[in-house]
Amino acid sequence: MLYTPLYETHLALGGRMVEFAGYALPVQYPTGPLAEHNAVRSAAGLFDIDHMGQFEISGPDAERFLQWVQVYDIDQMAALDAHYSLLLYADGTVVDDIFLYKLNARWLMAVNAANRAKDWAWLQAQSAGFAVQLVDRSDELCMLALQGPLAERILQRLADKDLSQVAARTAVELTIDGYPVLAGRTGYTGEDGFELYLPAAQAAAFWERLLTAGAADGLLPCGLAARDSLRFEACMPLYGHELSAAINALEARMGWTVSWHKPFVGREALLKVKLEQPQRLLVGFEMLDKAVAREHYPVAVDGPENGPETGPQVVGSVTSGMKSPTLDRFLGMALLPAAYSAIGSEFSVLVRGQPKRARVVKRPFYKPRYKTPPPA
Amino acid sequence: MSQFKIDKSARYAKTHEWVRMEEGVAVVGISDYAQDSLSDVVFVDLPAVGETVTAGKASATVESVKAAEDVLAPVSGEVLEVNSALENTPEIVNERPFETWFYRVRPSADLDAELAALLDPEAYLKHMDESAH
Repeated sequence: MLYTPLYETHLALGGRMVEFAGYALPVQYPTGPLAEHNAVRSAAGLFDIDHMGQFEISGPDAERFLQWVQVYDIDQMAALDAHYSLLLYADGTVVDDIFLYKLNARWLMAVNAANRAKDWAWLQAQSAGFAVQLVDRSDELCMLALQGPLAERILQRLADKDLSQVAARTAVELTIDGYPVLAGRTGYTGEDGFELYLPAAQAAAFWERLLTAGAADGLLPCGLAARDSLRFEACMPLYGHELSAAINALEARMGWTVSWHKPFVGREALLKVKLEQPQRLLVGFEMLDKAVAREHYPVAVDGPENGPETGPQVVGSVTSGMKSPTLDRFLGMALLPAAYSAIGSEFSVLVRGQPKRARVVKRPFYKPRYKTPPPA
Repeated sequence: MSQFKIDKSARYAKTHEWVRMEEGVAVVGISDYAQDSLSDVVFVDLPAVGETVTAGKASATVESVKAAEDVLAPVSGEVLEVNSALENTPEIVNERPFETWFYRVRPSADLDAELAALLDPEAYLKHMDESAH
């Protein structure tokens, strides 16, 4: 088992610890996942996301390497810009989804915990022939997320710069209590907020400072359950669910991340998918029958060729699903043949073997509320 | 001393369901320990009235934020009534686990043997302490 620098802190707060991607992390605190979810929607929440990996990329070929290894055109990024992107395999399926920061003469890449070792090996292999230095900063940096409409107000109490000037998808370098904190205006909840990178040795003290600074505003420490329900409502993909080595980026509807006008690993295969149209598509759905659709539940339709008498045929499966705490609706995402992906299209989800009716609805379920627009 | 409440008038399954006999009818719910381990309950899938439930077999499903858990019937019988309050306010499972019954059952002829196989409150207290570790 791996531990973040906040392990003792979580125990002291009454966190219910579980194993996630090899790390001991709190799934919830005593307030419970619904209260934590609601705190982020209405006030703010603080998350330990230090299980995520942080790689630093530098060297004369850093830009050329990054253009090749991920899908977004980083020539569009100014200093301290931050951008979401994908690492693809040659067949257009997804190695990982990442967040990139352009810093002074170096780049920082945040990757999923479960993929950290795989990504590292992948980047190493892809870097052959490029003059780049890859450094794994995951152990020396701690990564936290402060999310919610009051995140700016709370972080401002500690910050030495005016955060109202920090646009979405940009970062600011702060000095707090004498140590550096990189604050990227982004997150994984559908709310305004920051992802914070700081020296691991300061993690516990900084966490404490933030919780104290935000206590009067209703800031709550939040666990993995709330993180999942928040990202789910905003229809942000979770690797291993909506993204994987078995789903190409267009099936996952991630075409918006791709800069087609430049070469990158996976472009040829993905372009072919784009021209021929994806066979399968990720959809958002709402249950018409009351039931919680959970990941891996089969999705079935009545046999279209043979008539309904053939009974339901399994055509796909649920990637994520739950009762949305904010919207109070039974919602899910599923990967289905493109023919069943239209808004309003109906199918059944087999909930413990019982068919329950569902209908395709628009995504995202919860429209993200970002305070400051991203740079043009 | 357990941190969880118990109902001294109920008997318990090792899987944390309780059953209370009220005028010959078996009333079924889940324990304080069970609701705490589940965390926030968001939906309860109940059996239909008239359905037969079998001791030790799934009879209902409790959906929390993170997971679905089967509620095993502590005793067998025919479902006479389900708690309709659970439909719109499933959170009462968390708030009042021993008042929040799931369903009421007309017990089968095996009732005495099935009850005898369950834990009394004292044994259940012990069982909870062991489960917590």
